[in-house]
Amino acid sequence: MLKQTEGSHAVAEAVGLCRPEVICAYPISPQTHIVEGLGEMVKSGEVTDCEFINVESEFAAMSVAIGSSATGARTYTATASQGILFMCEAVYNASGLGLPIVMTVANRAIGAPINIWNDHTDALSQRDSGWIQLFAETNQEALDLHILAFKLAEEVSLPVMVCMDGFILTHAYERVDVPTQEQVDAFLPPYEPRQALDPTDPVSIGAMVGPEAFSEVRYLAHAKQMQALELIPKLAAQFKTIFGRDSGGLTHSYLTDDAETIVVAMGSILGTIKDVVDEMRQAGEKIGVLGISSYRPFPLDNVRAALQNAKRVVVLEKSLAVGIGGVVSTDVRMAMSGLQLEGHTVVAGLGGRAITMKSLHALFAKAIRGELERLTFLDLDWDVVNKQLERERTTRRSGPAAESMLRDVGVVAARIG
Amino acid sequence: MEKPFAITLDPGSSLANHTGSWRTSRPVYIDRLPPCNKQCPAGEDIQGWLFHAESGDYESAWRHLTRDNPFPAIMGRVCYHSCEGVCNRGQIDAPVGINSVERFLGDEALKLGWKLTPPSSESGKNVLVVGAGPSGMSAAYHLRRLGHSVTVFEAGPMLGGMMRFGIPKYRLPRDVLEAEMQRVVDLGVKVNLNTKVDNILNTMQDGKFDAAFLAVGAHIGKRARIPAGDAAKIVDAISLLRSMEGEEKPMLGRRVVVYGGGNTAIDVARTAKRMGAEPLIVYRRTRDKMPAHDFEMEEAIQEGIMVKWLSTITQAEESSLTIEKMALDDKGFPQPTGEFETIEADSLVLALGQDVDLGLLDGVPGLEVTDGVVKVAPNMMTGHPGIFAGGDMVPAERNVTVGIGHGKQAARHIDAWLRGEEHVPAPQHEVANFEKLNPWYYADAPKTVRPMLDIIRRQSTFDEVQGGLDESTALFEARRCLSCGNCFECDNCYGVCPDNAVIKLGPGKRFEFNYDYCKGCGMCVAECPCGAIKMEAEEI
Amino acid sequence: MSFQPVHFYQTGTFTVGNRLLEPSERSVQANIQRTNSLNSGHRACQGCGEALGARYAIDAAMNAARGRLIAANATGCLEVFSTPYPETSWQIPWIHSLFGNTAAVATGIAAAIKVKKHKGEMGDVRVVAQGGDGGTTDIGFGCLSGMFERNDDVLYICYDNGGYMNTGVQRSSATPPAARTATTMPVGPEPGNQFGQGKFVPAIAMAHEIPYVATATVADLRDLEYKVTKAMGIRGARYIHILVPCPLGWGAASEDTILLARLAKETGIFPVFEAENGEVTGTLKIRRKQPVEAYLQRQKRYAHLFGKKPAVETIARLQAAADKNIRKYGLLDQEAN
Repeated sequence: MLKQTEGSHAVAEAVGLCRPEVICAYPISPQTHIVEGLGEMVKSGEVTDCEFINVESEFAAMSVAIGSSATGARTYTATASQGILFMCEAVYNASGLGLPIVMTVANRAIGAPINIWNDHTDALSQRDSGWIQLFAETNQEALDLHILAFKLAEEVSLPVMVCMDGFILTHAYERVDVPTQEQVDAFLPPYEPRQALDPTDPVSIGAMVGPEAFSEVRYLAHAKQMQALELIPKLAAQFKTIFGRDSGGLTHSYLTDDAETIVVAMGSILGTIKDVVDEMRQAGEKIGVLGISSYRPFPLDNVRAALQNAKRVVVLEKSLAVGIGGVVSTDVRMAMSGLQLEGHTVVAGLGGRAITMKSLHALFAKAIRGELERLTFLDLDWDVVNKQLERERTTRRSGPAAESMLRDVGVVAARIG
Repeated sequence: MEKPFAITLDPGSSLANHTGSWRTSRPVYIDRLPPCNKQCPAGEDIQGWLFHAESGDYESAWRHLTRDNPFPAIMGRVCYHSCEGVCNRGQIDAPVGINSVERFLGDEALKLGWKLTPPSSESGKNVLVVGAGPSGMSAAYHLRRLGHSVTVFEAGPMLGGMMRFGIPKYRLPRDVLEAEMQRVVDLGVKVNLNTKVDNILNTMQDGKFDAAFLAVGAHIGKRARIPAGDAAKIVDAISLLRSMEGEEKPMLGRRVVVYGGGNTAIDVARTAKRMGAEPLIVYRRTRDKMPAHDFEMEEAIQEGIMVKWLSTITQAEESSLTIEKMALDDKGFPQPTGEFETIEADSLVLALGQDVDLGLLDGVPGLEVTDGVVKVAPNMMTGHPGIFAGGDMVPAERNVTVGIGHGKQAARHIDAWLRGEEHVPAPQHEVANFEKLNPWYYADAPKTVRPMLDIIRRQSTFDEVQGGLDESTALFEARRCLSCGNCFECDNCYGVCPDNAVIKLGPGKRFEFNYDYCKGCGMCVAECPCGAIKMEAEEI
Repeated sequence: MSFQPVHFYQTGTFTVGNRLLEPSERSVQANIQRTNSLNSGHRACQGCGEALGARYAIDAAMNAARGRLIAANATGCLEVFSTPYPETSWQIPWIHSLFGNTAAVATGIAAAIKVKKHKGEMGDVRVVAQGGDGGTTDIGFGCLSGMFERNDDVLYICYDNGGYMNTGVQRSSATPPAARTATTMPVGPEPGNQFGQGKFVPAIAMAHEIPYVATATVADLRDLEYKVTKAMGIRGARYIHILVPCPLGWGAASEDTILLARLAKETGIFPVFEAENGEVTGTLKIRRKQPVEAYLQRQKRYAHLFGKKPAVETIARLQAAADKNIRKYGLLDQEAN
C-alpha cells in the first residue's frame, strides 16, 4: 500500500510486520521516532505478542536483546551515535553469540563535539563487530531492508544492522510502498533459532574459550559472513518475487558499465550523486555510481567487477578514519588491489554538513581533470581550521577547539557570557 | 540442537574434568567412640540405641540396648549413669538424660511384653552361675544367648541379689525387678533358689559344669569399733535393708542415726524416714567429700533428712550417742578436735561398707584373695582355670552397672574359653571428645526433667520417687543425643561440599566420597556435627 | 497417648538434612535427587563459597520452578570456573553475556518467555540472574537498577565475596572497610580498605521498593533456601544477596568457608534479613553473639590489624559497625540483649 509517511514510521511499520517478539527502546536522536512508532503499535494491539521494554541505556537495550534473542524471540532495537558506542561491548557480544538481532542505526556523528546530525561514523565504528551492516539509500529501501534483515539474520544466525541516514531518511516524509502482512509472512517464516535457552534442552551459552579454539570461533564468524555474502543476492531475488521491488543486494551500480569515473558511496547521498552524474552524463562525461548496500560482509568481488574497467574511483564517504583518511575507501581499495586505477577518498557530510550538487559537480570535475588529491575533505572551511591551528601553535591555553571555531564562524549558540 | 562451536556447551559436561587430582589430603568417614559408650561399665552402645529411639523405633532401641544389658528397666532406675557425666551435650546445655530414656525403653518393654532373643543354637556346654544378683544374672543371660546351658545357684529365696537386698523399693519397685529377672529365666536359664554353694569344686563336679561364674556379692555389713552399752541398738545397713524385704519390718525407734556417707547410708536414712522415723546422718567429712551421689543427697535433703557433717561417733548408749567434732586438715582428712557432744538416738545404723563371704572358695587351688576380694585376670578368670568371678567379689567399683558389665565380659570370655579360644575385644575407636564436634548444629534443648514424686508423698510412702518419661518427653530426650563420633545422616557433608563430591547412599546407608571430584577442601570435616569424618594426607 | 507433635529434632534446622523430618520438610540440598545445577568438575578453588552458594541457590530455585529455569550469569569467578570450553558445569539453560549486563540479559529472557508463554510455545519458565559483587554492585549496577525499577520478573542473586577475586583480589564497592585487597594495601595510618566508602546493595534494592529483597549466607542453608523459594513464589523483581566467603581472597583456610559465613552473621558484620516492598519484614537472629575479632582473626586480609601493634581503634570501628547493624536490623533477641 502506497503511503506518504516519515522514514522512521515506515521502518516502524516494516518492523511491526515482521512480527517482532521483543523490542527494547532507549531514546536517542534521530532513531526515537522508530521506537515511538513501535511502542504505539504494541500498545494499540496493532503488533501482538510483543514485549516493548523501555530500558535504562543502550547497553541495557542490547543486553535485553541478547537475552530475548537467546531465548528464541525475534528481537529488535534501534540506536544511533553515542548509543552504539555505549552498547558497543554488547554489540560484539551479540554477534559473538550468533544472535540474530536486528537493529536500526539512524546514522549520526559521534562526539566530542556532541553533534546530533548525520554521518556514518557510528555504524562504521562497529565495522569489525561481526554484525552484518546494510545501508539504505531511500526510505523505501530502509523499509525493505528491515524485512530482509530479519530473514538474513535468522538464516545465518548473525545480527544485522540496518543503517539509514539520520534525519535525512529518518525524518523525511516520502512516499513508500508498505507491504501487506501476507506478503511479509510469505517471505519471513517464524524464527527457528539455531540455539535457545530452553529447559527441555538445556545448554550453556557463552562459554569461556581459550587459545585452543578461539581462532576457530572467530574464523567461523567470518565464514558465516561469507555465507551471508552468497545469501544476500538470493534473498534480494526472493524479495523481488514477493514484493515486486529491487531491494537489498550487495551493491547497486548506476551507469558504471562504460564509466571512466566511478563514484562509490553508501546511503542517501547516492541520490544526490546520481543527480549530479545524470547532469554530467548529459555533458558527456563517462561517469557512474557504485552504491554499496552491504558494507559487512564487504562484497570485494562485486566491487572489483564494477570498477575494473574504470580509470578512476572516487570514494565519497561520511566517515573519517582519523590518522589515515577513509574508512569505506580502505575496503574499496582492497577490492581494487592490482587494478591500475586512480583512487580518491573524499570525506564529506560529517556531522550533518550538507553535500550540495554544486560541490559534487566541482569535485567530480576536478577528479576527471586529474587534479583531485588522494584525500579530500569536501567543503572544508580552511580559514577556521588554520586560525585554530595558529591559535594552538601560539597559545598554550588555547581553550576548547570546537567552541573557539564556532566563535570564529559566527555561530553564536555556544557563546559563553 | 546443533550447537555453535565452542561457545555453546552440553549440560553438565564438566564431569569430564576430574578435579580430584588437585587434592593433597582426603576426607574419610570414621566411627569414633562416643564418651558415653566408653564410660558405660555395662558396655552399652548408648549412642547406638539412642539412634533408634530418636526415630521412635523403641523396640529396635530396646533390642540394641539389650544386646549388652538385659535390665534396662532396672538400670533406668538404679544406674548412677556416669555416662551422663561425660556426655558431650553437657558442654552445650545439659547432658542427655540417657538413664531416663533407658528406663522408658525398659518400661515400654515390660508394658508391651517384649521378649529377649533366644539363642539360635545350643553349644552343649554347661555353665554354673553362683549368685542371682546383677552380675550373675547378666552372665546367665549372655551365656544363654551364646547357646550354653546355664544354671544359677542362689543362696537367697529370690532373684536379684543386692538389687533386692540393697536397694530400697522407692528406688526400684519389686515388680520391675522381678519382671526383668523372669525374662532372663524365660530364655531357659535354670535357677536353684535357697541353694548356697559351700564348695565350688564339688558343686561343679556334681553338676558336671564345664565352667563357673561366681558373683556372690558383698552382703556382710562392716562393723566399726564403737564402744557401746549393752542396751545400745546397733544394726548394719545391709541387714536393715534386707530385713525390709521380709515380713517383719525392723524396729528402729523414732530417732535413727545413720553412720556413713555412702549411697547406702542415704538409702537407709530415706528408708527410715518412710517408716516414720526422724533419721540423722552422721558423717565424718563434708558434703563435697562424701562418696554418695550428690543427686541422692539432694533428694534426701528435700525429704527432710538431716546430716551432721564433720562428726564421728565415739560412744553408743541406749538412747544417746557421743559425737566428736572433726576438722579437715590441709590434705582434706578429718582430724579429731576433742570437742564432744551428745545426741539422742533410739538406734544406730552403720553404713560403713560390706564384705564378701568367700567361704565357697575354701580349698580351691590357685586362687588369690586380697583385701577380701578375689583377684581375676583381664578375662575375669580366677587363678583356677574354668572359674570366673565378677561383681562385688572382685576388685572393682561396687555398683549394679559394674556388676552387669562383669557378667557380660565374663560370659564372652567363658564362651571363648569353652571353645579353647581367647576372646579378644575389638580395638576401641578413638574417643569422640567435644573438640571433635561442631556443636553449632545442635539446637538448644535443655534436659527434660523427670517428674518428681511430690515431696510429702515420698516422705511417708515407698512409692517410686522418680517417675518415668512419657513417650513424647522420652523422644525429645533421645533426640538430644549428639551422636558423637557416629554418622547420624544429617546430610551436612552431602550439602556443604562445593564440588558435589559426596554421594548419598540412602537411608541407613550413610555416604561415600567421590574422590574423582573431591578437591580436599575439608569443609565436610569442619561441618560434620558429630566428628565422623577426618582428613588423611594423600600419598603423593 | 494422644497425638502430640514433636517440634524438636535432634539437630533442629541447622543441619542440611534430618532423617527425622518428613521428606516435604527437608532441605533441597538433602535430597538424594537434587538437581546439582552446578555439576562436579567445575574449577572453583577448594572450599569456594560461591560455588556452594550458587548450587544452594539455583537448586532451590530449580526446585521451586519445578525444573523450568533459565539462568543468566555475569562474568566473574562463577562464570569462568563453571564454563571453560569444552566443558560446562551447568545442568540448566544458562547464558553468559558480559560482566555488567546480566540483569538486562535476564530481563530479555523474561520478556521472551512472557511472549512465548502467551503464544503457547513455552511453559511457565522462570529466570534468575546471578553475579558476583563486582558484577552486581559496580559494573552491573546500572542494569540491575533498571531491572529493579521496571519490576521485571527476574530473581537476581548476588554472590558477595567482597572483591574482584577472579582478577586477583581487587577492591569492589562491596569490599568491607579495613580489608586488604590488591588495590587497598594495608599501608598508612588507616590500613586496608577505607571506612565510609562502599555500598550495601540490599538497602538500595529496597529503595526501589521491589517486592522482595533478602540477604543470606552459605552458613544458613535452610534460611537461604527459604528465601530463594519465597522469592520464586513472587512475580516481579527480586534480589537476594548471599555472602560467600572466598578462601583465596580472604586468606582463609578452605575448610573455614562456612564457619566464616556463620561468624559474619553471628558478629553482626553481615545482617541477614528479608524485606518486602521496601520494608524489613524479618531478620535471622544472632544465635551466639561473637566479637568481631572472632571473624577477623581467621582471615589474612585483616592480618594487619593483629600484628605486633594491634590496630585497636580500627577493630573498635569494625565492632561499632557490627553493633550498628545489630541495632538497625534488630539482630539480637530481646532477652539475649
